[in-house]
Amino acid sequence: MVGLEHYLTVAAALFVIGIFGLFLNRKNIIIILMSIEMILLSVNINLVAFSSFMGDLTGQIFTMLVLTVAAAEAAIGLAILVSFFRNRGTIDVEDVNVMKG
Amino acid sequence: MTVADFAFYCFAILMLVAGAFTVVSKNPVHSVLWLILTFLSAAGLFVLLGAEFVAMLLIIVYVGAVMVLFLFVVMMLDVDFAALKAGAAKYLPFGLLIGVVLILQLFLAFGEWHSAPGAEALRRTVTPDAVEIHNTQAIGMVMYDQYLMLFQLAGLVLLVSMIGAITLTLRHRSDVKRQNVLHQMYRKPEDSFEMKDVKPGQGL
Repeated sequence: MVGLEHYLTVAAALFVIGIFGLFLNRKNIIIILMSIEMILLSVNINLVAFSSFMGDLTGQIFTMLVLTVAAAEAAIGLAILVSFFRNRGTIDVEDVNVMKG
Repeated sequence: MTVADFAFYCFAILMLVAGAFTVVSKNPVHSVLWLILTFLSAAGLFVLLGAEFVAMLLIIVYVGAVMVLFLFVVMMLDVDFAALKAGAAKYLPFGLLIGVVLILQLFLAFGEWHSAPGAEALRRTVTPDAVEIHNTQAIGMVMYDQYLMLFQLAGLVLLVSMIGAITLTLRHRSDVKRQNVLHQMYRKPEDSFEMKDVKPGQGL
């Protein structure tokens, strides 16, 4: 019988994969954004699992809010990426610190 | 093992494998496609949990909109991805270390938790019986009632992000000819042509 723990384990594993992706692709900001999406997805799995096993719908409402914020974050991140690429001709985020004072 | 359990293991394994390939694959287009598979499997898990509405939302919003946005950006930008991947091996041990530490921390917390005795009574919005009121309707009744404010604020977040994304990427290129409507409207006939009285047989 699959219980709450199974879902939490899967979500924790996906979270760790996302964090690992952040470190593995430190230069490629597109993959970094995708890793962040995966981390938020694992949080969503936690929320929905608790919501389902506790019998409380609030978790699913919060899942939708997290989804909204993640979509907004992806849109803004990609817009920044596009304007950065237009100015610099690369998306290597290790060069971003040229603006530091 | 019931069918539901079997489906859970299928979706879970598929999701983790697709997530791992998202992170390690060399081609970003493949990464996006693996991430789409991750989201689809997660939607399957949500259906198993009885949250059909969130599952469909995940497919429509993520696979339909956000991932297509990612695909557009990956294909639009002419980036040398091999050069970006060059220094990746340098960070691999550190990333693995952080991953192992994190997973150990999560497993430390894993065995040592249990619901509080009064947790059942503290539920704000008890899920109604799925036979009487299905998931979408139940979510609607909660969201447009108790969480109306949060719902509106989520819309505001989307509006602000839309304006922000447009402002960031909009540019007026000076070398492109554009239509100037006012200029067209203020144009008079005498500005653009003149009448000549041409005599027969003489020409201009």
